Amino acid sequence: MSAPRMDGPTMDGPRMRGLRRLPEGGEIDRSRPLSFSFDGRAHIGYAGDTLASALLAAGETVLARSFKYHRPRGLLGAHHEEPNAILDLRAGTRHEPNARATLEPLVDGARLSSIHALGTARRDLLAVMDRFARFIPAAFYYKTFMWPHWHVYEGTIRRMAGLGRVAADSRAQGGALRHIDVDLCVIGSGAAGLAAARAGLKAGRSVLLVEQRSRVGGALLWRDAVIDGVPGARWAQDLGAALAAGGARVLTQTTAVGLYDHNSAVLHERSGDGGRIWQVRARAFVLATGAIERPLLFGDNDRPGIMLADAALEYLRRYAVVAGSEVVFATGNDTAYQAALAYAAVGARCTVVDARTDTPAMAAARAAGIEVLAGERIESTLGKDRVQGVRTASGRTLPADLLTVSGGWTPLIHLYCHARGRPRWDAERGVLLPGAPVQGATVVGAADGARSLADALAQGVQAGGGAATDVPACIAPPFDWGGAPDTRMAFGARRTWVDLQHDVTAKDIALAVRENFRAVEHLKRYTTLGMANDQGRTSNVNGLALLAERTGRTIAEAGVTTFRPPFLPVPIAAVVGTQRGELQAPLRRLAAEAVHREERAELRGYGDMLRPASYGPAQDAMTRECKAARERCVILDASSLGKIEVLGPDAAALLDFVFYTRMSSLAPGRLRYGLALAESGAVFDDGVVLRVSADRFVVSCSSSHVAAMTAHLEAWREDRFDLSRAFVHDTTPRWATMAISGPASKGVMTALGLGIDLDDTAFPHMSARDGRFAGEPARVARVSFTGERSYEVSVPAGLAEELWRRARTVGAEPLGVEALGALRCEKGFILVGVETDGETMPQDIGMGRAREVRTDPYVGDRSLHTPAAQRSGRRQLVGVAVAGDEPLPVGAHALSRGARPHSVGWITSSHMGVGAGKPVALAMIEDGASRHGETLEFEHFGTLHRGTLVAPCFYDPKGTRLDVRP
Amino acid sequence: MQVFSCPYCGPRPDAEFHYIGDADKPRPERSCSDEEWAHYLFMRANTRGAARELWVHRAGCGRWLVVARDTETHEVAAVTPMNAERAGT
Ligand SMILES: [Zn+2]
Repeated sequence: MSAPRMDGPTMDGPRMRGLRRLPEGGEIDRSRPLSFSFDGRAHIGYAGDTLASALLAAGETVLARSFKYHRPRGLLGAHHEEPNAILDLRAGTRHEPNARATLEPLVDGARLSSIHALGTARRDLLAVMDRFARFIPAAFYYKTFMWPHWHVYEGTIRRMAGLGRVAADSRAQGGALRHIDVDLCVIGSGAAGLAAARAGLKAGRSVLLVEQRSRVGGALLWRDAVIDGVPGARWAQDLGAALAAGGARVLTQTTAVGLYDHNSAVLHERSGDGGRIWQVRARAFVLATGAIERPLLFGDNDRPGIMLADAALEYLRRYAVVAGSEVVFATGNDTAYQAALAYAAVGARCTVVDARTDTPAMAAARAAGIEVLAGERIESTLGKDRVQGVRTASGRTLPADLLTVSGGWTPLIHLYCHARGRPRWDAERGVLLPGAPVQGATVVGAADGARSLADALAQGVQAGGGAATDVPACIAPPFDWGGAPDTRMAFGARRTWVDLQHDVTAKDIALAVRENFRAVEHLKRYTTLGMANDQGRTSNVNGLALLAERTGRTIAEAGVTTFRPPFLPVPIAAVVGTQRGELQAPLRRLAAEAVHREERAELRGYGDMLRPASYGPAQDAMTRECKAARERCVILDASSLGKIEVLGPDAAALLDFVFYTRMSSLAPGRLRYGLALAESGAVFDDGVVLRVSADRFVVSCSSSHVAAMTAHLEAWREDRFDLSRAFVHDTTPRWATMAISGPASKGVMTALGLGIDLDDTAFPHMSARDGRFAGEPARVARVSFTGERSYEVSVPAGLAEELWRRARTVGAEPLGVEALGALRCEKGFILVGVETDGETMPQDIGMGRAREVRTDPYVGDRSLHTPAAQRSGRRQLVGVAVAGDEPLPVGAHALSRGARPHSVGWITSSHMGVGAGKPVALAMIEDGASRHGETLEFEHFGTLHRGTLVAPCFYDPKGTRLDVRP
Repeated sequence: MQVFSCPYCGPRPDAEFHYIGDADKPRPERSCSDEEWAHYLFMRANTRGAARELWVHRAGCGRWLVVARDTETHEVAAVTPMNAERAGT
């Protein structure tokens, strides 16, 4: 059987230097030229090019500098296997700091530059590193930069070694995350994948087909094949279109980066800035990921102009780029002969160097005019910044401007490994193959070691649920896997590269073995072999073979490493997607926000809530708003305070269990301030509980703790209550609450006319009454966070603006959150999370009584009686008075006196107290409650302040102003 | 990305759920020793293999669930309401 040929037209002659693009053929659109530049040099490519194919056609051979030695590097591969060609890409506003040249489509106006070089890739000022190579073996950094500490050297080393840099002004914006749920997800659209997708669709399954390249077909796009009587590339294109028309979803330019639990996968679609992430859930996965070629091991095998044979063929067939005119094809398998025949057909002068003595492929090559050196190997290469020739094992030298290498093949089993599959070594094919099957995923085609196109198609059809009669007829040369890596030339006089991306050589592996890093996982970490961001695609198996050879074991004995997600690096912009700013953390807004803006409020985020910090500029507002509250009447939008309803016959029992302060003894219509604890005994939240009726309570907790308090109540309800007898329901956003406060507040309430008897005997402090506002229910609670006579009025959220406007017209002045903070501070009212932290217990803030009297169980009870809870030296709430009129800085530490000064606590809140007429501060100080009168030093960024510990209340300690009459 | 079948909402991705802790950890009586209480507060079984865990369906029904799950293979054996076991309803 002779292989079908699909060769394009030839160049005019074999020596057309500089002309590297054929006049026709390939997938490129010659009617759409695209201009681009590389390191400042202007070039032209075509629509359909990748960055790599355009650079190759433009004659750019040095695209990068190597990681450690700054050796010049060019293209080894044509797609994801490429270790070297990672570039900085700018196009318009778009910036990709680590664009993979082989994956990115060329766009008009693209400005490319090399990374990882001082200067440019062509003239890298760090190339001198290579001369010191013998001083920088594996683990050199670990051994050398230890004293005094690695961090002293880290910055410089990373600058020399790192990849691209994100610009500080980067605005890369990935697409929104997409979810997709299908019966069958096929990864890879080569022959096996297409066959599986077609069979799945025919069987009535919903199908998702995922392809990394810009079009479906896999290796059919460049290798020789005829399927169903048409060339493989056309069969693939026609089938791809038919699948899409038949209802399958076909994603191109999309990489399956990970296979995860319960039949799920994560895809990265490359489009625009960063691309987008897809989350796939599928009843079944078919992994048709194919195989990639391995390089050969010989001296100086890393020069630009040394390329995988299959990549050279892909550049020729897909992009009409002739990668060399004088080509040496080094191989040990028949598959690479396809590339030699194709290059010969376009007029290149071709020589095959084959380690084997005789195979049928040699005769066919010779018949096509190709010189074949049988039983010969490459010993090393010649050239400087690019390959100019080769030296063979028998001492011959051959000129070459392209050296292709084919050291056998590597099935791509990454996704199988993600699904906890364990690979096994197949000695005959010289490959790692999937071992035992894994749940939910079937590996087919070259990824499973298929020996021919016919096998791959048959496996695909079967995995897709089709019958044997569905397998299409095909003609293609058999696939020669090539056997285990040939290590004979790996330890010659010149260095032999194994991992191009991390600059690991055969000598490094030998050194690691001599230092007894003989286990494969140790070898990896010691030399960093396979740990670059290509995960050692082209180096792992060669590295294993060298380890086996140096340790006198077989590859199976040397052990295999596994793969973890992601298969390819994913830009952070894609991971973030649209989850940024308000789309990542949405702000909650008050119903009356518009009216606050009219009042010139400075809005600020408190937790996730946008609230008025002050009205007008903050520095003027503080004193004015505090004075209004102490002397007249203010209105504060307190709508974000929690309004969690707890209902049912067991509601009182639930609250008694969840709150440290008993609530079951509360009379209907009355309010009680209380604490809720965590099981650790720490204060979880504080709040005011209203008992509406025997079986109905409303918990008004801190604004930013509503969700947590609801979950806390729900957790204990579920844990130990009859769910039909107690219910928790958060109504916070349904009600707007305006706190009307100040000595004149009763007059404002009278003017509002809510139909409630405001007489202090009928409606005392810490009680609530129901009235009506604008024809709707209104609840008024006498509870104060300012220390003044106060009324909290709650109305349906839709009436928020109207209530605000009415109160303003009858004399209430606006109060913002910042001034409220100063008012509550001088009263000594705590804020949970400001005064308290994860260690603060109720007895530390003057609320120790329930701990002593309650014997019934409540959350956190046992923790209040541990040695830690009872020890002396606990930080306790105190006030701190200062001489002068300068408030203490928040966060200042109180110093103990004595030989070794240390912190005994800190300032938690500090303000200019308008009511107190002097600075006021709250602090948590060790044993503070019993140290009133003591003067301490407070240190803050090197400055010392003095403050005297006092009771934590600076204004109206008897609470007479709650009922003050105007 | 596991799937948990909530008895109230049906099969949902694990991102909707929030892990709480070990399911079989009764709250000791107030009369317990300091050591018993500390064990209840701070110690976790960190089971490898078959485990019973508490999860709350935070982005769904909000209910607390006992998830019987293999922490190594992530195979889920059962998802049941916690309250049915604890409070008997
Ligand atoms: Zn649910």
